[in-house]
Amino acid sequence: MSLLEVKGLEVRYGGIRAVKGVDLAVGEGELVCLIGANGAGKTSILKALCGMQPSAAGTVSYAGKPINGVPSFRLVRDGLVLVPEGRGIFGQLTVAENLAMGAFARNDSGEVARDLKRMQGLFPRLAERSGQSAGTLSGGEQQMLALGRALMSKPRLLLLDEPSMGLAPLMVAKIFEVVRRIASEGVTILLVEQNARMALEAASRAYVMESGSITLAGDAKDLLADPRVREAYLGEEAA
Amino acid sequence: MDIFLQQLINGLTLGSVYAVVALGYTMVYGIIQLINFAHGELVMIGAMVAFTLIGVLVPAGMNPLVIVLLATACAIPVCMLIGYAMERLAYRPLRRAPRLAPLITAIGVSIILQHLALLVWSRNNLAFPQIIKTVSYHIGGATITNVQIAIMVMSVVMMAGLALLVYRTRLGTAMRATAQNAQVAGLMGIDINRMIAVTFVLGAALAAVAGVMVGSYYGIAHYQMGALLGMKAFAAAVLGGIGNLPGAMLGGLTLGVVEALGAGYIGDLTGNVFGSNYQDVFAFLVLITVLVFRPSGLLGERVGDRA
Repeated sequence: MSLLEVKGLEVRYGGIRAVKGVDLAVGEGELVCLIGANGAGKTSILKALCGMQPSAAGTVSYAGKPINGVPSFRLVRDGLVLVPEGRGIFGQLTVAENLAMGAFARNDSGEVARDLKRMQGLFPRLAERSGQSAGTLSGGEQQMLALGRALMSKPRLLLLDEPSMGLAPLMVAKIFEVVRRIASEGVTILLVEQNARMALEAASRAYVMESGSITLAGDAKDLLADPRVREAYLGEEAA
Repeated sequence: MDIFLQQLINGLTLGSVYAVVALGYTMVYGIIQLINFAHGELVMIGAMVAFTLIGVLVPAGMNPLVIVLLATACAIPVCMLIGYAMERLAYRPLRRAPRLAPLITAIGVSIILQHLALLVWSRNNLAFPQIIKTVSYHIGGATITNVQIAIMVMSVVMMAGLALLVYRTRLGTAMRATAQNAQVAGLMGIDINRMIAVTFVLGAALAAVAGVMVGSYYGIAHYQMGALLGMKAFAAAVLGGIGNLPGAMLGGLTLGVVEALGAGYIGDLTGNVFGSNYQDVFAFLVLITVLVFRPSGLLGERVGDRA
């Protein structure tokens, strides 16, 4: 029984089918990545999973329950948390306020305080800048904040949409290090990335998407070696 | 100099009322980018409810101050309920509609509320009972009354309370987060609909108190009293920078002072061609000036071309 099970998911924008009947599953504790070119429909899938975008067809079940049509603010309370593309931090709120908003739905204030400590251990930069408005952070720091804020929601399934987007290589490596660490602490992760190599190296399983459909699926290691993947997404000549 | 000081006092009194009402406009705009043209009507209903209650309570022979406080305490929940209802019934169904639809609806809601008030309270000017004995104090050739002092103190207390709520509590932080990015706020587990409702209800509560203050100050209540007052408060909100809380406070006070000084000096300046009955012109002169030269207002950020 997977934590997340998606069957025949379709997402439409007006007459356009952005996601054309996708099946995928993520088991408890897995780090699964979804790679594909720009506009393949990866973000649309994540939006449909977390209730930001209605699905046109198909079923999504999370922790054994159907969640089609459940608004995102309720899903967060059950541990399904999205870090959106472009980070979505509240620029006019302080870093501390952003982190507090991550824990908005929680009532266990003692544990929230402990999680905040842990967060500051994970991201010392955020602790240094806690009183600063989040809009003044650098891109990498903002991504750290977005991750930290999501962790404050106490996620069971974390959906990450392009966490490496627009970041310098050094920062990308740092972000992936954090993602691995979060996964090693037992959080299930579905990672959407354009940086296919980094994503495949971090994940245990992967799906490859092309214009709205899943074209390949399997172990991340196998896909990393697959000539079709190497050619299309890793920028290598086919052997 | 006497006129100046006197008009300054009058202006600050009126300005604090404008500020309190302007906060309602600016909070709603901040969270859903809607100019709630029916907000002025909430002020009117606050005054009307208080008017009725004072009429009922005075024969009971209670302490006048207690009566006014009781009347205010009843006007607040009535206005909160109406504020909630207008959001829930009129604006929420239009959340995803083009921006003009809720704007026109707001004008409709304003007309509906005015005419409901007309049915309940008649079309007459009602003498708002000024049951608190006015005491005047003289300072430097000008007079200030206890009612004026009460209005200013009440306004400051309410504004401070609102600022504390918005900037220092979890609820307030969630409201600001929703105003900045509602979708992401949803991803934090914040119920956006609830935050928007809270915003309307808070603004309505402020409007109710403003209604009692205006009624007590002028001694008159009328079913259309909210229209002009609402427009002026809206002008104040734009002056301060719509969507900006400190801006609404500053804008309200500035507008009140400009209006009072304008009314005080316009006769002298124009050789008595225009009298102080032109007072209402100043609010809109200020509005036009701001829109032409600094559309984002005194403290506002660039708002671009939003309707």
